Amino acid sequence: MNVVKPNSYRSGPDERGHFGIFGGRFVAETLMPLILDLEKAYTEAKADPAFQAEMNGYLKNYVGRPSPLYFAERLTEHLGGAKIYLKREELNHTGSHKVNNVLGQIMLARRMGKKRIIAETGAGQHGVATATLCARFGLECIVYMGAVDVERQQPNVIRMEMLGATVVPVQSGTRTLKDAMNEALRDWVTNVHNTFYCIGTVAGPHPYPTLVRDFQSIIGNETKVQMQEIEGRLPDSLVACIGGGSNAMGLFHPFLDDSTVEIFGVEAAGHGLTQLHAASIAGGRPGVLHGNRTYLLMDADGQIQDAHSISAGLDYPGIGPEHSWLHEIGRVNYLSATDDEALAAFQLLSKLEGIIPALEPAHAIAKVMELAPKRTKDHLMVVNLSGRGDKDVPQVGDILRGKSK
Amino acid sequence: MTTRIDTRFAELKKAGRAAFVTYVMAGDPDLTTSLNIVKALPKAGADVIELGIPFTDPMADGPSIQAAGLRALKNGMTLKKTLELVRDFRKDDNVTPLVLMGYYNPIYIYGVDKFLADAKTAGVDGLIIVDLPPEEDEELCIPALKAGLNFIRLATPTTDDKRLPAVLANTSGFVYYVSIAGITGAAAADANAVGEAVARIKRHTKLPICVGFGIRTPEAARAIAEKANGSVVGTALVDALKNSLDADGHATGKTVNAVAELTAALAQGVKGAQQAAE
Repeated sequence: MNVVKPNSYRSGPDERGHFGIFGGRFVAETLMPLILDLEKAYTEAKADPAFQAEMNGYLKNYVGRPSPLYFAERLTEHLGGAKIYLKREELNHTGSHKVNNVLGQIMLARRMGKKRIIAETGAGQHGVATATLCARFGLECIVYMGAVDVERQQPNVIRMEMLGATVVPVQSGTRTLKDAMNEALRDWVTNVHNTFYCIGTVAGPHPYPTLVRDFQSIIGNETKVQMQEIEGRLPDSLVACIGGGSNAMGLFHPFLDDSTVEIFGVEAAGHGLTQLHAASIAGGRPGVLHGNRTYLLMDADGQIQDAHSISAGLDYPGIGPEHSWLHEIGRVNYLSATDDEALAAFQLLSKLEGIIPALEPAHAIAKVMELAPKRTKDHLMVVNLSGRGDKDVPQVGDILRGKSK
Repeated sequence: MTTRIDTRFAELKKAGRAAFVTYVMAGDPDLTTSLNIVKALPKAGADVIELGIPFTDPMADGPSIQAAGLRALKNGMTLKKTLELVRDFRKDDNVTPLVLMGYYNPIYIYGVDKFLADAKTAGVDGLIIVDLPPEEDEELCIPALKAGLNFIRLATPTTDDKRLPAVLANTSGFVYYVSIAGITGAAAADANAVGEAVARIKRHTKLPICVGFGIRTPEAARAIAEKANGSVVGTALVDALKNSLDADGHATGKTVNAVAELTAALAQGVKGAQQAAE
């Protein structure tokens, strides 16, 4: 591709929120003043040592960070190639990486004096993290969740309700994550004066892709230090699953300028790329939705198409704009894994390592199963184990029992 | 350059009354019925027509207009067919201003330059694109102005005096004041609050100011028309259309009349308004 390589892959976005042609602020006028306020509040918070210090306290004692970087010995032996490390984000309080971002945004909401928090959720992990921190700080919490996802992620719905959140099943459109985001935006437009929209991924209007990335970058920053302690050097490759792409961006971003590190993002290929899937880069093209320009699944008329993935957290027809840019300039390789590949990886990791992964990172493990055997034994591969699989046990159990009949 | 919008508002000013602006969704429930509805609107008293471009993910619209867009898409409506509809409408009507209203993605995918050329040729006068604030003016607003189309901006209760100049800078035709923070079809606007907001915006611009969101009845349309240069009604017309459909969502013999009758009643309301002094 004929694209000029930047001096740094980490300097974006520009002051208007663009990563190359991607990103931007494609929102209704009602929201624009608030988005500008948020940008200002975030810039001030970043420069305030007290904000960082308070956040570090909660990250350590409430979230339980740092998360371990664990050598997956049996998986490594089984695959017979690269030395595989798991970044154990599933051990965080609430069971996924989502809490890193939510903590940051809730602290921003508090700085901005907002008492009512709204969020969208797919798998429910972002909803649970948001409900948790709203409970901790005594804030009202409303979570929009597609009605289809409410069905397939019941354990998380129950958790959110126990935490005091109101879960609103969204019946419009395809009744999954994209519709939950539409409905959250409609709520935000209506209640803009007192409401903070806690977006769960590195997407949406500027400054969300940036601030979510920054809050998630703790994953990559810790990995860098931990790998230095364990192996005395940088890893050789990174692998993470991508829906919107926040766990991946959190792991990748601190390594983007380390040119020896190969980086792989794994989209959800659903039933396969020629059928129903959720792989925006593999099967989409640039368009504008939910406040940003990015790769989207759509038809010839620019109508957004239904995504499909076994994993509710990856079931979204778009991807964060910075990923679209990293794809176009060729810094990150975007692959995809099917539902069946993810299910196989889910079972393999459970049986070999005693770790039940969420279906989302099972997509990353599925590609590790392909990539690791082709690499030498001194190759250090880090995979982001972004969430635990407890929420998926009923769904996967049904599928496996159905298949074994 | 004078568009049909400029001409129409100049005529209305001379006549001393406010504009009645109607919104319907292109292709709802099907292309032929939709064309007949659009043709009926000026005869029923609409001064300006806003024609919605269907989109799968209309994030500033309430359930009625969401459903209208999905009905149109289900019956094969596209942006290309929307422009064909405008061209067919223009065969019989070369004076009523017509504004396309929608979201950016279908236009971006159609291709901005091609869209502007085709829209101008078809007889479109202006654009209202909900998800293009002034921060994104280079995308479509500036090219549209160069192509001779009006770019009508939304101002909202959250647009304060500090921000208004930026919002108005590249606006032409008229200003669309969104009377409530919310989505289409939501709670009714308070006429007194609207009056204050219109007065505030008038300190920054000489453009006509039309007010929409939350106006459903002839009485409400009249109350707003006394405070502004125009009342916009959308959801109520879309609901009247929907209520005329059969159980499968298809048009019936009553569909065009249902919209035309409500349009006539609302137009009477607007025409009965005492126009505020400029």
